[in-house]
Amino acid sequence: MTQPILKARGLTKRYGKVTALDRCDFDLMPGEILAVIGDNGAGKSTLIKALSGAVVPDEGSVELDGKKVDFHSPIDAREAGIETVYQTLAMSPALSIADNMFMGREIIQSGVMGKLFRRLDKAKMQEIAREKLNELGLMTIQNINQAVETLSGGQRQGVAVARAAAFGSKVIILDEPTAALGVKESRRVLELIQDVKSRGIPIILISHNMPHVFEVADRIHVHRLGRRLCVIDPKEHSMSDAVAFMTGAQEPPEHPQAA
Amino acid sequence: MSQSDNFEAAASGAATDVASFEDTHKGLVGQIQHTLHVNPALVPLIVLVAAICIFGLVLGSKFFSPFALTLILQQVQIVGVLAAAQALIILTAGIDLSVGAIAVFCTVIMGQFSFRYGMPPAAAVACGLAMGTAIGAVNGWLVSRVKLPPFIVTLGMWQIVLAANYLYSDNETIRSQDIANDAAFLQFLGYKLKFGGAVFPLGVILMIALVLVLAYMLRSTAWGRHVYAVGDDPEAAELAGVNVHKTLMSVYMLVGFICGLAAWVMIGRYGSVSPSATTGVIGNIQAITAVVIGGISLFGGRGSIMGAFFGALIVGVFELGLRMAGADPQWTYLLIGVLIIAAVSVDQWIRKVTA
Ligand SMILES: Nc1ncnc2c1ncn2[C@@H]1O[C@H](COP(=O)(O)OP(=O)(O)O)[C@@H](O)[C@H]1O
Ligand SMILES: [Mg+2]
Repeated sequence: MTQPILKARGLTKRYGKVTALDRCDFDLMPGEILAVIGDNGAGKSTLIKALSGAVVPDEGSVELDGKKVDFHSPIDAREAGIETVYQTLAMSPALSIADNMFMGREIIQSGVMGKLFRRLDKAKMQEIAREKLNELGLMTIQNINQAVETLSGGQRQGVAVARAAAFGSKVIILDEPTAALGVKESRRVLELIQDVKSRGIPIILISHNMPHVFEVADRIHVHRLGRRLCVIDPKEHSMSDAVAFMTGAQEPPEHPQAA
Repeated sequence: MSQSDNFEAAASGAATDVASFEDTHKGLVGQIQHTLHVNPALVPLIVLVAAICIFGLVLGSKFFSPFALTLILQQVQIVGVLAAAQALIILTAGIDLSVGAIAVFCTVIMGQFSFRYGMPPAAAVACGLAMGTAIGAVNGWLVSRVKLPPFIVTLGMWQIVLAANYLYSDNETIRSQDIANDAAFLQFLGYKLKFGGAVFPLGVILMIALVLVLAYMLRSTAWGRHVYAVGDDPEAAELAGVNVHKTLMSVYMLVGFICGLAAWVMIGRYGSVSPSATTGVIGNIQAITAVVIGGISLFGGRGSIMGAFFGALIVGVFELGLRMAGADPQWTYLLIGVLIIAAVSVDQWIRKVTA
């Protein structure tokens, strides 16, 4: 039996009296698209933050490729190959598209200027940024140096997704990536998700959009009250089943599908 | 599933350039807004050039001479260095009320270490710079780790440093003549290079070099990008992979170090070391004024160090020009007040059109 690429056991995170994660388990299999659904406040964002180093859980363990990992910051997780699009997008509005795509992993010029004066290779970063946005179908980029705050919400989301897709090597996590997008832009993101999957990289997709979830997910992790309620196969359950489980209107299936 | 395909199919015939990044702000206002957004130092530069031209036309060669123009540089050298420091803090969405007090305390350290302990003056200067850096580190730690508001931290530090300065020095001034005789290196930055009527003390050259180096660091190194990102939105910066704590600590320590440089410039300019130098009390406000006139946003993440430098020069031009014109000095303050409010209005406008 294949081992999960990313596995968490007993994750707990409390914010004062609020328990955002309550002994939560999690499994992501190699090459799959795993959707995570749940009510607002169920703890989905906290779960993925615990997996991406943005939140250090009070208890519990995370394993990547069967090895225990201990992320203390998003930088740690990124270095391990986990790339995340946060719900808040994590962009600096006043900085340019290229600056944002390379934030925290800037390319420094080769040669003396780079070694001695730490000079950034802006031309190279702009070129790569343009390339990545083109891949995502965000064509006709006039100005890769325009500030992110001059972009529409959908365009910003596109840049954030392109950033993750460009750099993720092991796992890509998307927290509601289509929430601010129009129909066509959502379609692009879904195509991108399929594209990333075909490169063999597994994806965690958090979404409220049931049609999207049922279209792309291989398995669905239903999150409720800070923990995994069950994992369902979208081919065996309907959207209304999923909504019923996540809202508590219906009991989960007898034997929660093991990872 | 089939439902979802239907409504999306309806959109497939639409134009294919919905998600393009085309610049939608066309037209003159949009162009101006965009240009200012990309070059935030442009407004203060225009004001500076205009002010020099107007005073030059009104006052003639009395003002528009190498001597008078370099005199302005000499008069702003201390505020210029402090403004560079202040600009770094304000870019991180902070404010530093302690810069002037740190500078004065560092002059006292440099002077007393030479005279009280007989240290070689170069070592005393190094100790002054180290003291400035250490105080900056305390400010940075309180802001970044203890998460206290920068205004409060530096308001307290201003008082602490100023009091320590009087206590440690016994309110004793070290005379210029004594320094020239026994520790001339302390006055090194007062050494004047002359080209015809133009006079450039080394302190002025240090100020210009400092501004250029900082401009390079902010524009062309990863550290500079991180400073802007932290000032813009620290949480986003952290999630995007910036070490916010390290960035803030580096900024506050660098600022403390620059205050130490300002101290050295002060000894060069005044010749003496005086714990009651006015810089300790008004240096912070002068620096903030220059930064704000220079178009750096108090909300952080926007503006350039060049702007702060131009801001300091604008104040210097107004002071000298109005004095030469024989105006009541109160006119200077009045005009600077107007400039401050105008600068902030322009900043708001740039942000509004942007959003
Ligand atoms: N930084 C925080 N401080 C305090 N409470 C938080 C914080 N982040 C999340 N919570 C709380 O934890 C719970 C789970 O939040 P979240 O993970 O964002 O849920 P979801 O993404 O499923 O909507 C909510 O009750 C929320 O209010
Ligand atoms: Mg959420």
